[in-house]
Amino acid sequence: MSAAPAGEPGQLLQRLVALQAQRGWLPPAALEALAVEMALPLAELRGVAGFYRFLHLAPVGRLRLLFSDHVSDRHQGAPALMARLCARLGVAPGQVRADGALSIDRCSCIGLADQGPSLLVNHGQVITRLDAARIDALAQAIEAGLPPAAWPAEWQQVDEPVRRADVLLGAADAPGAALAAALAQPGSALIEALASARLLGRGGAGYPVADKWRACAAQPVTERVVVCNADEGEPGTFKDRTLLRLQPDALIEGMTLAAWALGARHGLIYLRGEYRWLLPGLQQVLARRRAAGLLGAAIAGRPGFDFDIAIHLGAGAYVCGEESALLESLEGRRGVPRIRPPYPSSHGWRGLPTVVNNVETFCCVAQIALRGAARWAAIGTARATGTKIHSVSGDCARPGLYEYPLGTPVARILADCGAVDAQAVQVGGPSGHCVPARDFGRRIAQEDLPSAGAFTVFGPGRDLFEVARHAADFFAHESCGFCTPCRVGTTLMARRFDKIAAGSGSRHDLDALRSLTELLGSSSHCGLGASAGRMLHDTLRHHRPAYEQRLQSLQFVPGFDLDAELSQARALTGRHDAGAHLATRETDVTRKHEVMPEPDAPTNPQPQPQRIAP
Amino acid sequence: MTPAAPLFLLDGHPVPFKPGETLIEAATRAGRHIPHLCWHPGFAPHGSCRLCMVAIGERQLAACSTAAEAGLEVRLHGEALAAQRRTLLQLLFVEGNHFCPSCERSGACKLQAEACEAGVEGPHFEQLYPDRPVDASHPDVLLDLNRCILCGLCVRASAQHDGKAVFALGGRGLGTQLVVGSASGRLGDTDLAASDLAARICPVGAILPKRRGFAVPIGQRRYDAAPISALPETDDGMPPP
Ligand SMILES: Cc1cc2nc3c(=O)[nH]c(=O)nc-3n(C[C@H](O)[C@H](O)[C@H](O)COP(=O)(O)O)c2cc1C
Ligand code: SF4
Ligand code: SF4
Ligand code: FES
Repeated sequence: MSAAPAGEPGQLLQRLVALQAQRGWLPPAALEALAVEMALPLAELRGVAGFYRFLHLAPVGRLRLLFSDHVSDRHQGAPALMARLCARLGVAPGQVRADGALSIDRCSCIGLADQGPSLLVNHGQVITRLDAARIDALAQAIEAGLPPAAWPAEWQQVDEPVRRADVLLGAADAPGAALAAALAQPGSALIEALASARLLGRGGAGYPVADKWRACAAQPVTERVVVCNADEGEPGTFKDRTLLRLQPDALIEGMTLAAWALGARHGLIYLRGEYRWLLPGLQQVLARRRAAGLLGAAIAGRPGFDFDIAIHLGAGAYVCGEESALLESLEGRRGVPRIRPPYPSSHGWRGLPTVVNNVETFCCVAQIALRGAARWAAIGTARATGTKIHSVSGDCARPGLYEYPLGTPVARILADCGAVDAQAVQVGGPSGHCVPARDFGRRIAQEDLPSAGAFTVFGPGRDLFEVARHAADFFAHESCGFCTPCRVGTTLMARRFDKIAAGSGSRHDLDALRSLTELLGSSSHCGLGASAGRMLHDTLRHHRPAYEQRLQSLQFVPGFDLDAELSQARALTGRHDAGAHLATRETDVTRKHEVMPEPDAPTNPQPQPQRIAP
Repeated sequence: MTPAAPLFLLDGHPVPFKPGETLIEAATRAGRHIPHLCWHPGFAPHGSCRLCMVAIGERQLAACSTAAEAGLEVRLHGEALAAQRRTLLQLLFVEGNHFCPSCERSGACKLQAEACEAGVEGPHFEQLYPDRPVDASHPDVLLDLNRCILCGLCVRASAQHDGKAVFALGGRGLGTQLVVGSASGRLGDTDLAASDLAARICPVGAILPKRRGFAVPIGQRRYDAAPISALPETDDGMPPP
């Protein structure tokens, strides 16, 4: 497939990404012109542009630096480093410097937790291993007017520390080898091989790959689509980054195998915006494979076996990793998850039957095609066969990539990565599980602890309340905003955490948090909202003292400072006597009522909550 | 409905349905009210407000986007579901600035009516007090986003019924907001007409006709006499001017 024509509505997001790369932001006149050119409503353009974090409807700094905000980045001092850079360059966090030259902000994990703290430059370049010296050198380079392209190459160096390799991370296979093996048989044989290998998807949900492919193959149409989910948004996960760099042929071969099995002609890789720096390398691999007859028309000399792949770029939205949101985004819309059913296997990209699989999943497919289902099924556990790559970061001596058979206990990984005395491990990112030390015997596998690949270690000094609070911030930041419980609930959750952190918490706040978690879990439209309370749930259960030591009292404590709210009234009336002050942070609610000012005193400039009844 | 029509059970009451219907469509036709804000007959379900949540076995699902199936045992009432519904309504109230006593839509507002019926007695959570300016630029229609609940009904009505695409949802997370499709971003610079369905379909007081405020006296407003569950679904939207 050649890339779709640029004026076609499905290309909207790609056009906006390109415009943004060119102009730095999306000026209203440029948006209007694009709306006319693409014959799309202006409201829709504004709606789409407003959804993605990397698209800006207002001017931003010409140089835009985003500090990765993974919990391990924080633990390694990212906040202080960001403050240092802001001070050096005379800019407030999140603001554009007065001269318009730059802005510095945070963003969700950029997939470099093994060599953090790190940051993203203009969405297309990274700087790893930040420390005070590197920050100072960076500040100097910026003040000297050195363009990012001229910054030292070592700043941008991204290693792929493969600490334990098995079949996926071992030596790359010859391009086309798996394809040659599969082409000896009809496509349906490959689906049967995946079924007997019992391959489960690697993107988190763990759905049987063969079932998905069969459902897609069974649709009574001739056109089908193969989509690779390279969004890798789960904080702490970076295994897809490594596969995209070390094993791109295996991934593309896996997608081509899917095309063979399904009779698909169109393939799409959805590459997260944070990985734009990987784009040129991937384009080269696609071009090389086209030249080698492994992509394009008549693949491997088979007339009629036509399949090609286009790469679409995301623009900073974690929820776009959810497969139906990903399809929306691929079609140029806001990344809002679809109502399901129907599932992508029957109604996917542009309503066509579509398989969506993770990068690692396609690499597994290539392995199975080349080496056989029996070999695959012999690795791992009864339900979870094969190997799994873990992205290890946090408090350990050797962060990096570790590939193990599924069913490997947490303790084994901890021992191998040099984590002594860990008190907990976050398995599968903030939407996964927080495993306390007494459960380190648990195994990573579908039967016990499923994981999309993140493995973040917390040493004895880490505060698990702060870990859960960070997760709450992440979900509030990444909620797509579509459904009520997630849009509002995640923010209320984050604010409750803030209230407890500020020392105004009571048992009442823990109860409120728990009931919000339950509401999110059962009423959200998609998996993001449903898992937003996981860290809270797990840490409250296993690390309750981390919460309770912060509670001021078991009674209700208001989240705002009554006395501070009165400062305006004091200033207006010129009163500074003791009678004009309230004793705040009291637990005795009745007394507070006695000293409350008259109802019409301007204690709070905001409208007061009103009775709801008509 | 022929005698052979398939049935599902809603809190034990049989509800007949036509193949392809959702739970809420069938229930509404049978005169049973399932609380909802973002659903409207004639438009594809949105699934965003989650107020129509029902329980089937262990699972909770949105009735507006769940297909009816013969023999399903659907629970709508019950303490746990009622509590979650109350919380969802409270979340909507604290998210916006709902100053009911001074709102023209009071008494005819679905959010308010559902809250009354659900027994919501106060906001319970801290108010978020968003800063959303009022757009009074249109000669006949007032847009006060302080009361918008992001149900997307005006978006669908404008695009699919009026053929104008005046509105879209923009932003994301708590920053999600209704955006207007004019270069200035103002309603007055669009081709919206007061007679458009988009100008009348808003379930709350976010899109209002101008100069008709408080036309209906207290006591005679839509939900004054009877709770929302006792009224037919068809009287949606502000009547045309
Ligand atoms: C909020 C959310 C984010 C997700 N992010 C990703 C992601 O970044 N990468 C991924 O492969 N799957 C992600 N998923 C899972 C996908 O929806 C889907 O299950 C997966 O792409 C299917 O591929 P697989 O069967 O090969 O695992 C996410 C799911 C949710 C609910
Ligand atoms: S759960 Fe959150 S992310 Fe998912 S649809 Fe709802 S608002 Fe969007
Ligand atoms: S303005 Fe009204 S109809 Fe439109 S999204 Fe907001 S609440 Fe819904
Ligand atoms: S009516 Fe079903 S989610 Fe709003």
